[in-house]
Amino acid sequence: MNWDSIEKIAHDVSSGKVTAESLVERSLGAIEETKEYNAILAVSKIRALERAREIDQKVKNGENIGKLAGVPFIAKDNFLTFDTTTTASSHMLENFHAPYQATAIERLEAAGAIMVAKSNLDSFAHGSSTENSAFGPTLNPLDKSKVPGGSSGGSAAAVALKIAPFALGTDTGGSIRLPASFCGVVGYKPTYGLVSRYGVVAMASSTDVIGPITTSVEDAAVVLDVMSGKDRFDGTTIDRDLDIYDGKPFSLKGKKIGLLKEYLSSGIDEGVKKVVLDTVEKIKAQGAEIVEVSIPSISLSLACYYVLVPAEVSSNLSRYDGQRYGLSDTTAKNLDESFEKSRAAGFEAENKRRIMIGTYVLSSGYYDAYYKKAQIVRTKLINEFNTVFEKVDYLIGPTAPMTAFEIGKNVDDQLQMYLADIMTVSANLVGIPSISIPAGNANSMPVGLQLMAPQKSDRNLLALAAAIEKEIE
Amino acid sequence: MSKISEQDIRKLASLSKLKLSDEEVKLYQKELTSIVAYIEHLSEADVNGLAPTSQVTGLKNVTRADALIDYGVSPSDLLKNAPAKKDNQFKVKRMIV
Repeated sequence: MNWDSIEKIAHDVSSGKVTAESLVERSLGAIEETKEYNAILAVSKIRALERAREIDQKVKNGENIGKLAGVPFIAKDNFLTFDTTTTASSHMLENFHAPYQATAIERLEAAGAIMVAKSNLDSFAHGSSTENSAFGPTLNPLDKSKVPGGSSGGSAAAVALKIAPFALGTDTGGSIRLPASFCGVVGYKPTYGLVSRYGVVAMASSTDVIGPITTSVEDAAVVLDVMSGKDRFDGTTIDRDLDIYDGKPFSLKGKKIGLLKEYLSSGIDEGVKKVVLDTVEKIKAQGAEIVEVSIPSISLSLACYYVLVPAEVSSNLSRYDGQRYGLSDTTAKNLDESFEKSRAAGFEAENKRRIMIGTYVLSSGYYDAYYKKAQIVRTKLINEFNTVFEKVDYLIGPTAPMTAFEIGKNVDDQLQMYLADIMTVSANLVGIPSISIPAGNANSMPVGLQLMAPQKSDRNLLALAAAIEKEIE
Repeated sequence: MSKISEQDIRKLASLSKLKLSDEEVKLYQKELTSIVAYIEHLSEADVNGLAPTSQVTGLKNVTRADALIDYGVSPSDLLKNAPAKKDNQFKVKRMIV
């Protein structure tokens, strides 16, 4: 059974028509029934039910709950939360209990939402398939032999499995949009800095963002609206737009949308390409103006990403040293050995790979050739996006060059795995908002349509996506 | 193309504080060599006159008042996950050997 829209659920809970407790029970039941998919790592049963009863009591007392009254949700297991462990799908944090909650979780709870469980991810969010989890891969809800995408694969699968109306993900290079595309749901990556990352396990601080995974654009907008805005605990947050993010009427007529040439040229699955071009025709029929545009440096964006991100990963993951929290080796004779053995046992292969690549590109002999060069290529990419955004207001293309692939297919070939992110990393490097919405099927699996807009135009991007979603239906 | 040697991997592992087995060293040597070959495409880019970017929304030197902030977390909360502690502090292995 599908969930009602978030707005309707909150309305029904606030008016006493439905109890929050029954919604949490429904969510907990769905988790039990879908265990074989391994989307969920930990359940917050006691606290979720307690919070639900509190909300129901407040409703009875005539108190106002908030925009997300009683709405159950799933958080990726790299958000710090009370009641459950926060593992980042790693042995390093397997027994870690967070002493405080992420700002995003706090804001959602303040609006009445109820976190019921934590979802699987690639260890420390390093990956595109959720196969790098220390606790086994998540299976794609539409075909168990396939990956759900990653790294927020558990969150996307949980929404596709109807465990909850929404889930939270993190997106450093496509980790919300790629699994949304592979699982046939909506994934939103906001402008860099729009949502506080306080209390979220850091991966690459210059590109990490937090966003919702939902079944509709409207739901994504409602969740974003609650989470976004400045946070004194995260110095990179930006002021939010004063208007709300949802409910803005929008016509496609006259909208200028750039079709990215580079995303439709080489290496793209023909079925994916057809779905995207068919959708473009539908948008055109509604009066939108589609212009072919080019961003030549996109061909270098993945190489740029795989220098900058590992560099930041190697720095961010240096804190996991086995001394203050996390896995700690008990056999070491001295401090240095304790660092080395704890990290060796706590990290997965992909974590180690990225830490070493990062250390390599930051080392004195190679810093200029790789790290500095990548930062300059990043400038070039930003300039090219800015130039294109002088001509068009939005960009359109596929989310990924392929549909969900077989489990195990790319695990021994990192470069092939990295290529899954080739169409998503640019938005992270440039800091712009981007959304993936389901646009049809190819190879009997969902195809995600990706839309992008200039920084801080999240509201318009969501409105455009909602209008296009209507045409696809 | 830079070829990454076994010795390079051992050096990187040591800098990264990662203890690797001999098999891991061999595997990472192969894998990092192909990844580095891929990122070397960056050298093709013409970037004349461009400066590096490290922050994308234009924020600079974000400061706050030099006053105590209550994060709602006590030292004992933060010590709960500590593998070893003594006198309300983290306890670590000896540093000087």
